[in-house]
Amino acid sequence: MDVRNKLEILADAAKYDASCASSGSKRKGGAGLGNSTGVGLCHSYTPDGRCVSLLKILLTNYCIYDCRFCVNRVSSSTPRARFTVDEVVRLTIDFYKRNYIEGLFLSSGIIRSPDYTMEQLVEVARRLRLEQGFRGYIHLKAIPLAAEELIVAAGHWADRLSANIELPRQSDLQQLAPDKKRIDIEQTMAQVRGHVDEAQSERRRFHKAPPFAPAGQSTQMVIGATRSTDTDILRTSAELYTKYRLRRVYYSAFSPIPHADSRLPAKSPPLLREHRLYQADWLMRFYGFEATEIVTPKAPNLDLNLDPKHAWALRNRGLFPVDVNKADREMLLRVPGIGTRNVARILKLRMHRAIRLKDLSRLRVALKRAKPFLVTADHNPAVFLLDSERLQKRTQAGERQLLLFDAAKEATTGEF
Amino acid sequence: MSEIAVKTFDQWREVARCALVAGSDPAAIDLQDGWQSQTILPLAGNTASSFLAEMPIQQATSDFKVPRSFLKLARYVACHRVVDRWNLLYRLLWRLTHAEPQLLEISTDDDVYLARKWERQVRRDTHKMKAFVRFRRCIQEDREWFVAWYRSDHRVVRLVAPFFADRFASMHWTILTPDESLCWDLHELRFGPGAPRSSAPNRDDLEAMWKSYYASTFNPARIKLNAMNAEMPRRYWPTLPETEIIDDLLANAPRRVAEMTKESTRCSRPASHESPVDS
Repeated sequence: MDVRNKLEILADAAKYDASCASSGSKRKGGAGLGNSTGVGLCHSYTPDGRCVSLLKILLTNYCIYDCRFCVNRVSSSTPRARFTVDEVVRLTIDFYKRNYIEGLFLSSGIIRSPDYTMEQLVEVARRLRLEQGFRGYIHLKAIPLAAEELIVAAGHWADRLSANIELPRQSDLQQLAPDKKRIDIEQTMAQVRGHVDEAQSERRRFHKAPPFAPAGQSTQMVIGATRSTDTDILRTSAELYTKYRLRRVYYSAFSPIPHADSRLPAKSPPLLREHRLYQADWLMRFYGFEATEIVTPKAPNLDLNLDPKHAWALRNRGLFPVDVNKADREMLLRVPGIGTRNVARILKLRMHRAIRLKDLSRLRVALKRAKPFLVTADHNPAVFLLDSERLQKRTQAGERQLLLFDAAKEATTGEF
Repeated sequence: MSEIAVKTFDQWREVARCALVAGSDPAAIDLQDGWQSQTILPLAGNTASSFLAEMPIQQATSDFKVPRSFLKLARYVACHRVVDRWNLLYRLLWRLTHAEPQLLEISTDDDVYLARKWERQVRRDTHKMKAFVRFRRCIQEDREWFVAWYRSDHRVVRLVAPFFADRFASMHWTILTPDESLCWDLHELRFGPGAPRSSAPNRDDLEAMWKSYYASTFNPARIKLNAMNAEMPRRYWPTLPETEIIDDLLANAPRRVAEMTKESTRCSRPASHESPVDS
């Protein structure tokens, strides 16, 4: 099989991993090939709206596991291929030199054993760094149950590591990924966190101390393949963010795959739900929300028709209206339609002038949503809607538009 | 009113400094776009250098305090193609040095708003250029040389030059644009005149491999054309080889999805637990 055929099979098999981030790591160029500037670049976009930043491939899609949601499970009749270490190194360098990519995201099916597989991934990264002097971005999968010294070696060469949590709960794993255990996955995450923390404190003392996965670790959760609720999902995310200091949890709407297991939902992926989960995730990380404020026992799933901040505000009308000229940062962050960057702009602006509706529209605040929740220096008739039964209807129209046109931008900037 | 044609940020800074010393109110001075007047209005106004030659000597010693953030902003706005940029920058400078030192914090002020908008557009343009330049490999004088042709929205070649020099320091490369060209020979950056697309190589054999990758990483079950077009507008497509196959990918997507959802497991040929050994 030639390299191009392998690439087709092994890129196709890797595309269900949502992460394509190439930010958060700085390596100066000059010597060798490439650099990492700390800011990720998206070199292309496919018609599914996702960015192409890294060469995202599997080393092989042979796998000894039988995870039902995975196209590469042992019982699938999908075509199989395996790259040699050399082929991956050459492909990465060739693509990088033409400015197609920021670097490599290498994952793999599990062959022979977790240790053997991890060794192969580490070898690719080692050869790129040492033999090719490659200073671009490298993201490696951290394979649960692989020996800790292999995780240490991986973090030494790579910018980011990720061990996938796969599904929201242990019971989901039992159902769909019988070979995987939550406790093993978390153990790998804990090891990564330990070494990242250690390297960071070393670097505070000695500037030249070697970095360990300087862009940190992330994980991915497939959603919509089991019955788990958004409450289960967000609770798991919140826990992982605090326990292992993850940079990101990626949510991947379960997407029909070739040669699918008949126990899986054969329908189009729940993209809107995935989008709402990302919004909720952003609320937890940048807007000071707790998971328990976003989803409640009465409504364990996110409302697909409303962004979660808007839904929260409608449930908590007693806290509004908020005076845009007096409220503190924490409360401004909770106003629907105002993003983190605009909160910062508002705080600066109001030291110099009293903020009016016209100012907010210039800042491109989503006024239709925000207006009923705000008091401004001028007359804001919309605030009378706050006690109206029609409030949701009146503000939701704007929502519809947002979905059609702004969803992608929001997903990348996190402003909503 | 005095009219002066300005081309670059450094020229604008010299002219603005002199005008400020002379106490020229923004309404009394018109800083025109030197790139425009060069071709369209050859006789209008002064050039920056003739204006500077007539200024009294004291200017060199004068010193104005402006926030560092203004200089950063101005360097980006200076690369915008909009004709009125030099006047806007001078107006901002005038106001910053005349009783409004905090002006930049008033983001909804007309002048600040416009400057931030142009800055954002230029920033985005530099970002896109870093991402969308596509090198093609060729052999020149027995060595590997990478050449790209690219058309940017604004005059950002000099803004992005350090990025490419750092990233591709170990390669010989040239980036050609209609405005100017940029060349790296392992030691130093050289700027040259603009060049037409025909002066760059028209193929690279690796592009077939890149297109294969692009096609395979695309998921036909989640089409979001608005998202793609927002981030990769069509005006960039002519120099992005992978965009040639987008129509085919879209045409085949519904069929591929239908096949995937219809097919249930037959488990006819499970993979062996062992993969073949490296060849």
